[in-house]
Amino acid sequence: MAWRDAKASRVRLLLFMASIILGIAAVVSIQLFGDNLKNNIQLQSKSLMGADYIIDTKQVPTQRAQEIIDSLQPDASEVNFVSMASFPNNEGTKLVRIRGLQGKFPFYGELETQPIEAASQYQSSGGALVDATLLLQYNIKPGDSIKIGEISLPITGALKAIPGNTAISTSVAPLVIIPQRFIEDTKLLQFGSRREYQFYYHQPQVDLVRLEAQLQPLLAVEEADLDTHTSTSSRLGRRYDNVGSFLNLTAFIALLLGCVGIASSVNIYIKEKIKAIAILKCLGASRKQSFLIFLIQIAGIGILGGFIGAALGVGLQELFPYILKEFLPFDLQLSISPQPILMGVFLGLVMSVLFALVPLLRTWYVSPLEVLRFSGDTLTESKNARRIAIGIILVFLYGFSFWLLKDWLFALAFMLGVLVSFALLAGTAILTIKLVKNFFPKTAQFTTRQSLLNLSRPNNQTVVLLVAIGLGTFLISTLYFTKDILLDKTEIDTSSKSANLIILDVQPDQIGEVAETFKSNDLPVLDNIPLVTMRMHSIKNKLVNKLRTDSTTQVKEWILNHEFRTTYRSELIASEEIAEGEWVASQSESDFVQISISDNLAKDAHLSLGDSIVFNVQGVLMETVVKSIRKVDWANLQLNFTIVFPEGVLEKAPQFNVLTTYAATEETSAVLQRDLVKKFPNVSVIDLRQVYTVVEDILDKVSWIINFMAFFSIFTGIIVLIGSVRTSKYQRIKESVLLRTLGAKNKQILTITALEYLFLGVLGSLIGILLALVSSFLLAFFVFKESFVPSLVPFLVFLPGISLLVVVIGLSNIREVLKSSPLEVLRKSA
Amino acid sequence: MAKILKINGLEKTYTSGSKQLTVLQNISFEVEKGQTFSIVGPSGSGKTTLLGLCAGLDEPNSGVIELCGYTLSNLNEDECAELRNKEVGFIFQNFQLLPTLTALENVSVPLELQGAKDAASRAKELLEKVGLGNRTQHYPSQLSGGEQQRVALARAFSNRPSILFADEPTGNLDEETGEKVIQLLLELNKDAGTTLVIITHDLDLAARTQQILRLKGGQILTNETTPNS
Repeated sequence: MAWRDAKASRVRLLLFMASIILGIAAVVSIQLFGDNLKNNIQLQSKSLMGADYIIDTKQVPTQRAQEIIDSLQPDASEVNFVSMASFPNNEGTKLVRIRGLQGKFPFYGELETQPIEAASQYQSSGGALVDATLLLQYNIKPGDSIKIGEISLPITGALKAIPGNTAISTSVAPLVIIPQRFIEDTKLLQFGSRREYQFYYHQPQVDLVRLEAQLQPLLAVEEADLDTHTSTSSRLGRRYDNVGSFLNLTAFIALLLGCVGIASSVNIYIKEKIKAIAILKCLGASRKQSFLIFLIQIAGIGILGGFIGAALGVGLQELFPYILKEFLPFDLQLSISPQPILMGVFLGLVMSVLFALVPLLRTWYVSPLEVLRFSGDTLTESKNARRIAIGIILVFLYGFSFWLLKDWLFALAFMLGVLVSFALLAGTAILTIKLVKNFFPKTAQFTTRQSLLNLSRPNNQTVVLLVAIGLGTFLISTLYFTKDILLDKTEIDTSSKSANLIILDVQPDQIGEVAETFKSNDLPVLDNIPLVTMRMHSIKNKLVNKLRTDSTTQVKEWILNHEFRTTYRSELIASEEIAEGEWVASQSESDFVQISISDNLAKDAHLSLGDSIVFNVQGVLMETVVKSIRKVDWANLQLNFTIVFPEGVLEKAPQFNVLTTYAATEETSAVLQRDLVKKFPNVSVIDLRQVYTVVEDILDKVSWIINFMAFFSIFTGIIVLIGSVRTSKYQRIKESVLLRTLGAKNKQILTITALEYLFLGVLGSLIGILLALVSSFLLAFFVFKESFVPSLVPFLVFLPGISLLVVVIGLSNIREVLKSSPLEVLRKSA
Repeated sequence: MAKILKINGLEKTYTSGSKQLTVLQNISFEVEKGQTFSIVGPSGSGKTTLLGLCAGLDEPNSGVIELCGYTLSNLNEDECAELRNKEVGFIFQNFQLLPTLTALENVSVPLELQGAKDAASRAKELLEKVGLGNRTQHYPSQLSGGEQQRVALARAFSNRPSILFADEPTGNLDEETGEKVIQLLLELNKDAGTTLVIITHDLDLAARTQQILRLKGGQILTNETTPNS
């Protein structure tokens, strides 16, 4: 019977099914992709690192560290740092990361170069491998030369990939690999230069867990670190797990939206079937039988939708490697695992049955009397049954969110967030409809009034349509606004002429000449900031060395190993303000040194006003006390510091300087960079304009991925919309034909329908954008701590675009009215 | 007397699959202004098709229909709609009320389509006339069959039509309710001086009109005046 009845309503049932297909496809594809990613990371864990394990340190290894390193017999080593490189061919300059390699690294995975043989030849031929994109940008070819510090090297090949690197990670400073023996000749590793030493080990037989447990504590004391390929890959796995959870949630939202669509469509469907159910009951069908007829139909739709969705998901996952290419440190090999597919089918079945349960329960309470006298309103439903059904839905939603997030609190927050969003959208929709119904001027034109009042008619699907439209718009607008906030945060204010070129590693004896170079290029010296590097020796009278081995310490690990770059000055700068305590402008050397720390340092080191810190300033211990805590806007592209000393203390300490200037055009900036690199090969130049472009590029890529996921919700919204419109199609046609019989012209019928859907589209997208505005404002205020000036794009593009789409879908529904003869329709309904 | 409806040589054929089905053949008759006219015949004789054609709801394959002085074949769809809106009223067997509108709104639709300012008050007046002054805000699903047909009656007269087409107006009602509806229909018709074309199975009802057209198999069997004329 279920099958026979379904055959008669197959178009409509197929549309119900379509509502969940995309959501399931999204969930399945992300699950599959996640599984594949984890497998790939595990399988390729060695090629991700290029070795079995690494020892790294951010300073010249101490004697003890070097002894440990040597005793293990490294198979390759590296020193890397950021510096300027220039191309003599066209005088181009660029901030790059130099990796000076010795030995046959990598031992796993490949050094991909163009030409291929360059990877094996650069060490013997004494050439450089330069990032392929950088070569393209600067129009340089293998065979040309690159100048690094004091030396020039021929470019042996273009570097396409090296184990462990992603395209994104090298976008600010692209890689240049040179043989380590040339590093000294570059004369770039001077005092104050930031560098990293890495020692690579190719020892497949070693018990890595034991080795790590034995050596890590010893190395930590020496400011060094041991990383094994297994620990690195599990860290990477966790990182992608977080991304996966986020993508899963967006897919889940699409699925939920589809299910709301099903619930609404089934509601109307069952209402229309009440007479048929009553007839069946008159003929002797039991409550259970009539309930099962429709339950089986919905379950069938769910299973079929699950299968189609899962199949689509398998196809979709092929897209992910392309979408995430820039973020993946390896080539992904995709395979199909059964679990996500089974889950897709299970989700299809459970979600569609659960969401259809409330309307399906109506069949239980249909009285056979309905055959004799039909009125949709005489149905009585058990409130308890309804409550139980809603309860089951909530429990399932929570369970599934928990399964995705593996954290009960996050799952609860997500579920509440989703419920609040749905409730806000539905609530605003209901309120607006009530306002329209009660306050829309009765004197308005018939077509306008009729179209608006249609929204509050019996059997209307206004709320579900508004939720579908609103949620889709909400998602894309929030993404758009958030991207705006992030970009605003990093944007350089060109009008205020604040610094956009930062010259690092200027030695004290070079300051005058660098300033002179600025002057000769008509550029001002905006800042001249001294930098003094130091480490913490003790915190609140506890030795840092002891804190490292103290498992009960609350001080964050990074603080214990960090080399702080501090400065001294008498005034606060624009990006900071005093949160607690008192700012000390200057003091004499003999006094107890009173420093200012940033709020994040205070939090991570559990420091408050009056606490003492002893610093090791390149061999000299200096006792200090925290006198003030500053709130620092780190996103502001200024030179911010965690620790600031007053004037009069550090002036004689070994230091180097950072100079900043403002270059109005890219050309001026390029000329200055060329000049500086020529005269002072040791200095590095950060062009904030370029950094901004990179940040924008990364955000574009990230938002592309998020948009891709949001589109599942939007497309599902469109399908729900089409489904809802289609569900009411016959009723609409009948109404319009009657209006035509009573004398309405085509234009009037078109106007009524178009206005109705225009109103739905405008209201839905407007509610979505306004909610996005509120949530973006909250994000800007609480998370990004940034003022928020909303872009007009969602209002000017999304709102009219989505409204137009809704009108087109709505009008497609009454095309038949304008084509068919009124008599035919009137006869059908007789 | 002036003719409000003139039918000449009407023919209507439907295509069902590959077969041609002739529903009406060689139909010619005239209805005078103010006359009560009934069309009777067994099921499938083409009565409803004929009524639909007369009111411009469908197009004939051949023949001429002249309604209120207009030849329908010369009018486009919108002009036909305008003519219906100004000159024609309808009553259907299954009431054909808009389920999404209240009784009052259903009655005001033809007036609203004309852009009449006093649509609501006139609709209310008509609903009171048919005894439903207290049910104006009810939706069709909340009304009984008899009440729904009375709303349909009020709607049919709301635009003060010159001609009213009624298709089996009592077909879905019990005898007693049906009689009440007919009484009301004839009264309203008399008061408004409207031409009434009524399709019915009920020969007693037909006998209360001035002229009876009998159809069988899509052709006119007889067309005779009654003693009421």
